[in-house]
Amino acid sequence: MKIKAIVTLKEGVLDPQGKAIQQTLNGMNFSEVNQIRQGKYFDIEVNIEDEKKAKAKVEEMCKKLLANLVIEDYKIL
Amino acid sequence: MKSSVIIFPGSNCDRDMDVALKKFGFKNQMVWHNDLEIPKSDLIVLPGGFSYGDYLRCGSIAAKSKIIKSIIEFANSGGLLLGICNGFQILTETGLLPGILQQNKHQKFICKNVYVKVNSKENKYFKNIKKKILELHIAHNEGNYFCSEEELKSLNNNNQIAVTYCNEDGKESEEFNPNGTLSNIAGIFNKKKNILGMMPHPERMIDKSLSSSDGNFFFENLIENLK
Repeated sequence: MKIKAIVTLKEGVLDPQGKAIQQTLNGMNFSEVNQIRQGKYFDIEVNIEDEKKAKAKVEEMCKKLLANLVIEDYKIL
Repeated sequence: MKSSVIIFPGSNCDRDMDVALKKFGFKNQMVWHNDLEIPKSDLIVLPGGFSYGDYLRCGSIAAKSKIIKSIIEFANSGGLLLGICNGFQILTETGLLPGILQQNKHQKFICKNVYVKVNSKENKYFKNIKKKILELHIAHNEGNYFCSEEELKSLNNNNQIAVTYCNEDGKESEEFNPNGTLSNIAGIFNKKKNILGMMPHPERMIDKSLSSSDGNFFFENLIENLK
């Protein structure tokens, strides 16, 4: 089963890469872009059939390695 | 005095550290990250570099390597554990030190000499150090220290802020903050002050003919304090 997880920076944490991308898009005449926050996407294939159990396992992975909870949040899709 | 330098895939300041430690009298051993045990040591060093290519987050993969369990046990029993640059990043990722090192504010790799002020001498690293403002070298892309407000208060209250960026005269201000780090923090201790993580490289500053020699003050003093 495949589980998707997204890791993003918490509100208020500086994101210089997101800022640079936003400024570049603004410079390319995408003037409607007010803010960009860059994150990470993980496609995780696990050998667990039960979706609930698989998601619980991925949540544990997020807490222990994929996200650093000092500055990041995670979402399991 | 015995020391061990841990080598991860991508470490690149391990041999500089080895040279520096030996110069000041340490019997140093190099330890591979896949080993399970560390030889008897008075000091363990996590060197600078780009362990695991800085994948995921700097230091995050190294923080889960096989040797780490023994390092945590060593530190928890009061052993001196020093992390320089990537070593500092590994220490925050293991949770032995609070906070995290984020990308530099201006998204540039910074490689230059800086001045840092020693803030606290009540510890084995800086007790009796002859110079309070040291000229050291920094070379990093992620040296922008960040932690929560409560954590910063706790760092201040417990005298855990070890070294801060300043100018030659010890003046600390935003002007002398190279990377956007909180409160000009260049290095911090854990509460017990046996673990030190810092971005500047004292091991690169042990020979005047190469750069500067303020790193000598650090190592000379450290081995004296351990005797």
